[in-house]
Amino acid sequence: MFFIDPHVHMTSRTTDDYEAMRQAGVVAVIEPAFWMGQPRTRVGTFQDYYSHLIGFERFRASQFGIKHYCTIGLNSKEANNEALAEEVMELLPLFVCKEGVVGVGEIGYDDQTAAEDKYYRLQLELAREVNLPVQIHTPHRDKKKGTLRSMEVALEHGLDPAMVIVDHNNEETVQDVLERGFWAAFTIYPHTKMGNERMTEIVKHYGPEHIFINSAADWGISDPLAVPKTAQLMLERGIPAETVHLVTYQNALAAFSQSGQMQESDWLNDRLIDQSLKFSGNSILRGGQTPKIEADPTIIR
Amino acid sequence: MPSESYQNYLLTILAARLPEAGLAWLQNQLAGLASEKAFYLAFSMAPRFVGKIPLSLTAAELEQAQQLRPGFQPASWTMEQAARTLLLLRAPHQTPADYTAILNRLASAADLCEVATLYAALPLLPYPETHVKRAAEGVRTTMTQVFDAVALNNPYPHDYLPTEAWNQMILKAVFNVRPLHRIYGLDHRHNAALAQMLVDYAHERWAAGRTLTPEVWRLVSPHLTLQYMPDIQRLLLSANTLEKQAAALALIESDLPMARELLRQHPEMKDSITDGACTWQSIGEKAYAS
Repeated sequence: MFFIDPHVHMTSRTTDDYEAMRQAGVVAVIEPAFWMGQPRTRVGTFQDYYSHLIGFERFRASQFGIKHYCTIGLNSKEANNEALAEEVMELLPLFVCKEGVVGVGEIGYDDQTAAEDKYYRLQLELAREVNLPVQIHTPHRDKKKGTLRSMEVALEHGLDPAMVIVDHNNEETVQDVLERGFWAAFTIYPHTKMGNERMTEIVKHYGPEHIFINSAADWGISDPLAVPKTAQLMLERGIPAETVHLVTYQNALAAFSQSGQMQESDWLNDRLIDQSLKFSGNSILRGGQTPKIEADPTIIR
Repeated sequence: MPSESYQNYLLTILAARLPEAGLAWLQNQLAGLASEKAFYLAFSMAPRFVGKIPLSLTAAELEQAQQLRPGFQPASWTMEQAARTLLLLRAPHQTPADYTAILNRLASAADLCEVATLYAALPLLPYPETHVKRAAEGVRTTMTQVFDAVALNNPYPHDYLPTEAWNQMILKAVFNVRPLHRIYGLDHRHNAALAQMLVDYAHERWAAGRTLTPEVWRLVSPHLTLQYMPDIQRLLLSANTLEKQAAALALIESDLPMARELLRQHPEMKDSITDGACTWQSIGEKAYAS
């Protein structure tokens, strides 16, 4: 089975994660621009971060046979530094039209402050102007209200709900999101967002339409195999394979391919090329040696 | 002015391949490159309108490229590369310093494909002597696609890189297992310092129980001294045919009496080389075949 993880912060992950994801069937990932665990203090670090997402991280993923896409945006936490946020807003037009940028994201509310609201709205306008999907981060605190507000504001700015992915849903928000015609994404993330047993129940209850899952794996305790593991669990608990395919691959593709920057042929036609890059031109494996699975893991050659 | 002939060349091959809408977009952009902003937007959006399929140039078109700019080998170029290179040749600017500033701004916000295109375009860009730092920066990359764009099938490094940077590029190509035989002008810029660094690197690899490309001996051969003879003898005894052939070629190219003597001891090697079946080029081509 092939999987897409449409929200994962690979910049924070190791090559072991890439290898494991590839082995588990992940063929494509989307990395939303987010914060780095602590606030940045200069616009230059934003620029380098965006460059990294469209440059080195994409290359690194290709070394493991995984197609890497991203969404570009100013996250809600850092929107609260207004002086810096102004400068970041000037940067965004340089990046949002790059190849493989499949949306403006992840944007939205965190504390739901006035500054967050201002930059969320400005970025919705930008997304509409360049006709890109929007990936919304919904807040952890006061979640239900924040989720509803995110959608209301998006509609106020004239966005088509079919172009908006509302992320980090739970049992309390999913119905409102689906009713309004937005995409409902779920993050399978230990301890905080959604567990995969609960996710299985949600899919049993609501069906697969407009629903897809992601890992949001980042620098915290998280699991980059959350998508394939959840697929496995769903199959074991009697959810039909076609439904699992929709929520772990096809729906995410349908939502983000509206950018015109992501299509199935990207990975289906390019697999051989990826492998030749991986095995002959590899600079992650120092000195270009071919990857080996050692019988004795204590030996490093 | 060479830039104009390069532009005409690129526009002609694009016009022959683009559908009407793509060509209209390109011509529209070329006519409207008044501001830097217009240039950056056109550069980043180009693939949406011209695509990324290979140009698949004819033999005549490739020959024309060679005549326009010795060493210019667009055989593997794509539509996107040709269009973006054309835009680069038209970037709005007044002075060479302006032009460098534009390239720097472009590179600082470029994606993988854009930056690779920029490096592959270097031999055609105006003020070539001002792009040495940019090329050396490209050699420092860890991204294969970008390194290849600077180092392989590109005459810029041969024509403009100072010896230190050239030597670093060759060493990095060896380190990252990139095919040396695709480096333009490889045989013109060998030097004793490079030979010494390559032999040192071979010793490092051997000490670690690893191998390295037999192509390195192509660059050691012109600087073969008695000091390197034990290495050549080691290669002659190698189980790897290409390493044996490399040793034999190095000995044939040498005037040292000891080289003659070694060849006399291994007549079978000499025969396999002198029938013309084995050259540095063939060793290179076979070395990366697996």
